[in-house]
Amino acid sequence: MNWIVQYLWLIPALPLVAAGIIAVNKQPARKLAASLAIGSMAIGFLLSLCAFAATLNRGEGPLHQVFSFPWIQFGGQWMDIGWVLDPLTAIMLVMVTFVGMLIFIFSIGYMAHDQNFMRFFCFLALFAAGMLGVVIANNLFLLFVSWEIVGLTSYLLIGFWYHKPSAAAAAKKAFITTRIGDLGLLLGMVWLYAQTGTLNFYDGGKGCMEVSALSQMATHLTIGGMAVSTMIGLLIFLGAVGKSGQVPLHVWLPDAMEGPTPVSALIHAATMVAAGVFLVARVYPLMAAGSTVVHGVPVTTALTVVTWIGAITAIFAATIAVAQNDIKRILAYSTVSQLGYMMMGLGVGGVAVGMFHLITHAFFKALLFLGSGSVIHGCHEEQDIRKMGGLKKYMPVTFAVYAIGMLALAGFPLLFSGFWSKDEILHHAREWSVSHVPFFLGCAGALFTAFYMTRQVALVFFGQYRGADENAAKAHEEARSHGNPHVSGHEADHGTPHESPAVMTVPLIILAVFAILLGFVGTPAWPWFHGYLTGEAVQFDFSQLTESGTLALMGTSALIVFAGITLGVFLYGKRQRKTAEEKDVLEAAQPALFKLLQNKYYIDEIYEHTVIRFNAFAAEACDFFDTWIFGGLVLLVSYAALGCAWLYRLMDEKFVNGGFDTGCKSLLGLGSGSSKLHTGRVQTYLRVIGVALVLFVLFLIWGRKA
Amino acid sequence: MSPLQFCLLVSALLFAIGFAGAVTRRHAILALVGIELMLNAANLNLIAFWRFGPHPELLTGFIFVLFSMALAAAEAAVGLALVIAIYRHKKTSNLDEVKELKG
Repeated sequence: MNWIVQYLWLIPALPLVAAGIIAVNKQPARKLAASLAIGSMAIGFLLSLCAFAATLNRGEGPLHQVFSFPWIQFGGQWMDIGWVLDPLTAIMLVMVTFVGMLIFIFSIGYMAHDQNFMRFFCFLALFAAGMLGVVIANNLFLLFVSWEIVGLTSYLLIGFWYHKPSAAAAAKKAFITTRIGDLGLLLGMVWLYAQTGTLNFYDGGKGCMEVSALSQMATHLTIGGMAVSTMIGLLIFLGAVGKSGQVPLHVWLPDAMEGPTPVSALIHAATMVAAGVFLVARVYPLMAAGSTVVHGVPVTTALTVVTWIGAITAIFAATIAVAQNDIKRILAYSTVSQLGYMMMGLGVGGVAVGMFHLITHAFFKALLFLGSGSVIHGCHEEQDIRKMGGLKKYMPVTFAVYAIGMLALAGFPLLFSGFWSKDEILHHAREWSVSHVPFFLGCAGALFTAFYMTRQVALVFFGQYRGADENAAKAHEEARSHGNPHVSGHEADHGTPHESPAVMTVPLIILAVFAILLGFVGTPAWPWFHGYLTGEAVQFDFSQLTESGTLALMGTSALIVFAGITLGVFLYGKRQRKTAEEKDVLEAAQPALFKLLQNKYYIDEIYEHTVIRFNAFAAEACDFFDTWIFGGLVLLVSYAALGCAWLYRLMDEKFVNGGFDTGCKSLLGLGSGSSKLHTGRVQTYLRVIGVALVLFVLFLIWGRKA
Repeated sequence: MSPLQFCLLVSALLFAIGFAGAVTRRHAILALVGIELMLNAANLNLIAFWRFGPHPELLTGFIFVLFSMALAAAEAAVGLALVIAIYRHKKTSNLDEVKELKG
């Protein structure tokens, strides 16, 4: 066993310790906080590279190297926790630590003027620790714990500017919405434990993701004739739906944009949403258990559900993104859409297909989010793309890297990573034996993706700057009064946009480089990534490109992308809007449809009127029940107790105390009466003795006579 | 009237006088004098009963009285010392004013 397997725990532990140290430190230690957080991530990155190297040089060793130890005993059983080192873990570790580190560095610049700089880095480090814990866990239980840490810190980070009511609401929404999914995950976990008696994924043949447990679960039928493995897989998938913002639990993700932009980048690129996809990839053997293999791809009910949800999410979110005006919201919906692609990829093509898109997407989406952060920073906290424009002139570096990110996301042919990963998903979707609809949905989604990204870039970077001076000044004032004064350092030039400092642009450039290069590890000609994850050897083979219609598909998808971009350029690039208030081109053409999209298909409103209203009604019913039924019972009991107490008091006061009081009073009277005899005059006593003597003598005399 | 009866009569008279003195006198020393009289009346009784009793030769009554007189002397000394102490303390020897033990 490689040494790195034993010390894998260090990777999440380091940011955790860093978060702890930052938390207990006294406030103004900004440099310490930043260097601790970034340092822990850097060391984690180096360790991840070691782990990555270990998986590369695996030789003939096992694919999954595990390290477990018993943790909690309950009854006669021990719950193990542990970690696993396999290609899936290694590639995720490298991605999370690397992208995380770049985002941390970017945050130094973005949050430079925030008063709560320390708190921010503390949460960031904790967040990274949670995510890395999810990645290394070899145990659904440890995974769940880390998963919840991610959920908690996402709540803290989205609500970082909690003085803004919208941010506080978004944080709550994110927390509660993902909680619904987590309930499914928890149920799935419990069921899995009941079914197999272990939560370890890989445990030398005894784990729940290994053949014996899987075949047992696949043959065991439950309600509706479904295999237990399908039910458990779907429950766990529910957790992934919540975390990865799939329909119908996607509503929290766009609102999560209320957090600081680096947080958006971290949540939407490297960590939180990737956790859901990663979870499905991790339990993929369970989802695929008892499958019928068609075209080398397993087909089961669970995977079909995953595919459909993913495909629907992909097209659904892509159409919404077309009509949004907030630069970050567009990216948020694009993330939802891309997550849909990843899920679809997992469903139709297996772990490697989905994970490849996850990794490439992590880089270019982090790039886009940080780029949008740079734009927002440069435009003095303006997020409305209608009020931007012409930024190419003011922010050349940001424009260049943003364009790369945009082309990668849109899937521009050959040169950009997004093309290869998305193409692979579409390729597998086309060959999917169950249905071709997901393939067409995916193609339509790709068209919309290219279109809305072109629209965004055209509105933001081309044409004339539309942010009037008074607006900029207003935004400036607003930002300052909100206590996140990124702009307070730029007193001199707060009328026009400006380029961001190097601490922000350098991470962007690094990410841009990877957004291009990463695509080449997973091309059809050299599917290294696929081979790496599955443990098969791969050859460099150009003929793969022409086989089984690959080339035709590539051509089709390239055409789709070109169509989307051309449409975008035609509608938004050629004829730039003059003012910020001008109507959108699409809005002028199709007002009703545009309104529907702009309001996100009214999903929030539908939830408002169904789920939330039902919830409120249930709460009121419970309240009624509580007040009148249980409250009444409690009141009744309390009155009974009061009555008893009153009776006791009566007994006590009238009988017990009365008796004592009377006795005491009579004793007291006796005492004071007899004390009157005691005059203190000796002669009176003597007199009494004399009289008594006389009486005594008389008594004796007369008594004798009688 | 036999000699015993006479003696008892005298002793009773003496006791009554002593008692009257002890009860009525306000001055402490005079009250002590009354007490002394009562004691001596008792002594007289003892002597009389011994002298006219069945065994006058045994000297029992005589010795008894001798002890009693010695006791009376001691008692008088203590009593007078008390009176003087009270006088020093309260500047009075009137018994009516000495009533600290009132209940």
